[in-house]
Amino acid sequence: MNVNTLTILAAAQESTKVGNPWVNIGIFGIFVAITLIVVLKASSNNKTAADYYAGGRSFTGTQNGTAIAGDYLSAASFLGIVGAIAINGYDGFLYSIGFLVAWLVALLLVAELLRNTGKFTMADVLSFRLKQRPVRIAAAISTLAVCVFYLLAQMAGAGALVSLLLGIDDRLGQSLVIVVVGALMIVYVLIGGMKGTTWVQIIKACLLIAGAFIMTIMVLAQFGFNFSSLLGAAVESAGTTDILNPGMQYGKSDTSRLDFISLALALVLGTAGLPHVLMRFYTVPTAKEARKSVVWAIWLIGAFYLFTLVLGYGAGALIGADKIKAAPGGVNSAAPLLAFELGGPLLLGLISAVAFATILAVVAGLTITAAASFAHDVYASVIAKGKSSPEKEMKVARRTVIVIGVFAILGGIGAQGQNVAFLVALAFAVAASANLPTILYSLFWKKFTTQGAVWSMVGGLSSAILLIVFSPVMSGLPTSMIPGADFAIFPLANPGIVSIPLAFFLGWLGSVLDKNVEDPIKSAEMEVRSLTGVGAEKAVDH
Amino acid sequence: MSTTPESDIGTGIDFIKEQNSEEFVELRKTHRSFVFPMAVFFLLWYFAYVLLADYAHEFMSIKVWGNFTMGLLLGLLQFVSTFAITAAYVSFSNRKLDPKATAIRKRLEAQEAGE
Repeated sequence: MNVNTLTILAAAQESTKVGNPWVNIGIFGIFVAITLIVVLKASSNNKTAADYYAGGRSFTGTQNGTAIAGDYLSAASFLGIVGAIAINGYDGFLYSIGFLVAWLVALLLVAELLRNTGKFTMADVLSFRLKQRPVRIAAAISTLAVCVFYLLAQMAGAGALVSLLLGIDDRLGQSLVIVVVGALMIVYVLIGGMKGTTWVQIIKACLLIAGAFIMTIMVLAQFGFNFSSLLGAAVESAGTTDILNPGMQYGKSDTSRLDFISLALALVLGTAGLPHVLMRFYTVPTAKEARKSVVWAIWLIGAFYLFTLVLGYGAGALIGADKIKAAPGGVNSAAPLLAFELGGPLLLGLISAVAFATILAVVAGLTITAAASFAHDVYASVIAKGKSSPEKEMKVARRTVIVIGVFAILGGIGAQGQNVAFLVALAFAVAASANLPTILYSLFWKKFTTQGAVWSMVGGLSSAILLIVFSPVMSGLPTSMIPGADFAIFPLANPGIVSIPLAFFLGWLGSVLDKNVEDPIKSAEMEVRSLTGVGAEKAVDH
Repeated sequence: MSTTPESDIGTGIDFIKEQNSEEFVELRKTHRSFVFPMAVFFLLWYFAYVLLADYAHEFMSIKVWGNFTMGLLLGLLQFVSTFAITAAYVSFSNRKLDPKATAIRKRLEAQEAGE
């Protein structure tokens, strides 16, 4: 999820010189075979919409928490953060703190109340006591926007990962792998629905965290389990103590410092507004299990980021920043190189396969979220005006899965070599600006109205996208998407510092200026339901 | 399946009366008196840390123990505080929130079933 590291990943053209690609492919093949069997088994019970969208609401808090960790920890947060710490030292560590602390917003303010009031999608909650059509349409648009941005970033990353880990350099070969990854993802989601997706995420989370844990122990063992001597070795290898201190990446100028604050704001407020994270709370039977999910996710994600701190400095100490930068995948090669150094081709193969599994699990989660939002919010509620049957709705959802899958494959192929790394940061910024304010207002502010919700969502979404378009990400710098042009009138690469307060403000303004009053009975019902769980959707009983 | 999530239940419950009931007002107060101050606290603590990391490089470079710096210490304290707030919230919910919420839910469900 590091904005700069993915760029380097995407730019990687050469193949890796270490390890054996066939070992990597073989281990990944085993992962695919095992998950396919699990998905097929899990799919036999997919009968109703609640089965397909929410896994029958039958997962335990622990299972769902593990799946949340699998959904959340993308390849970029593994390869990207390890690499960022290895090269930029402390500044790489700053990301992981934002990604972790953000979960407290979900735990304290969102997860349980959302589970008690919604059914399948984020829009269920937002439109509960407001006018269905406008709010659902706005919520579905921002859901689709976040999913598509995130999806494209993952698919583009898959292509670059291929060159790094499998030694496939040419465009055709990379495109072929993107097609394979996309097709697998479609199969998982189409057949397995939310149950299959959840199991893929659980298996992947276990592999990723176990792999990182083993590597962490191996690194620490080399330094007598003394963290200070590990840091000392990293300093010696880097030739400067700067890597222990903040500032190597974001301390360059006043603009870059402000940019970091903007990013920190989007990270901490965006997580609880990510639609694919929110949808996971519907897969458990009660709000109490939703709480357990977040608690378990926080432990797993926290432990994982602590591992990446050791791995990052370990890669800096044992491999060295220069060698990492010179390797084919640049910054992103830090973790694979470290795996090879510690455990030879077998550990490298394992870590490479885990990185692929990671992409697969994350895109599957995004796809089912986008499909559910389109079928449930746009088709059933708006196009069919609530007169659709569940069978018809699920048919639409399955077709949407195929459309999104094909789109992701084409987008991934088209994005090869393009600088699309800003998309992940943009997804967080949109989630924090378009989704979170409306979620919080509708859960906690009685006077919130339809107009406030629409203003906040539309304003948050469009301001975040517009600010990105007029930022150095798009033009004005040699690293921009359109390097030849210069229309960058907004100096920051992260729009959050403007778009998030703006969306909160618009939600308030739209509500106080709204002449229509919302239904007080619905409002009372939502509040009573959200806190007590009365009438909340029950688990499917098979 | 109905597309309005609220239409399938609640026909027998007067939610406005319930919302103003002493029992529910108490539950809401208990919930908010914990989650709001906690949310404000961790956000302030997080942004204090972000600002220090962004602007107070000298302070963050102070060596605390061996090569272990103030920045690493404060960063790890963010992990500790996140874990601690999580544990505190779970314990608070189990002790104070769940019994109250369950009592209201059971009463409303019985009331609805009786109608």
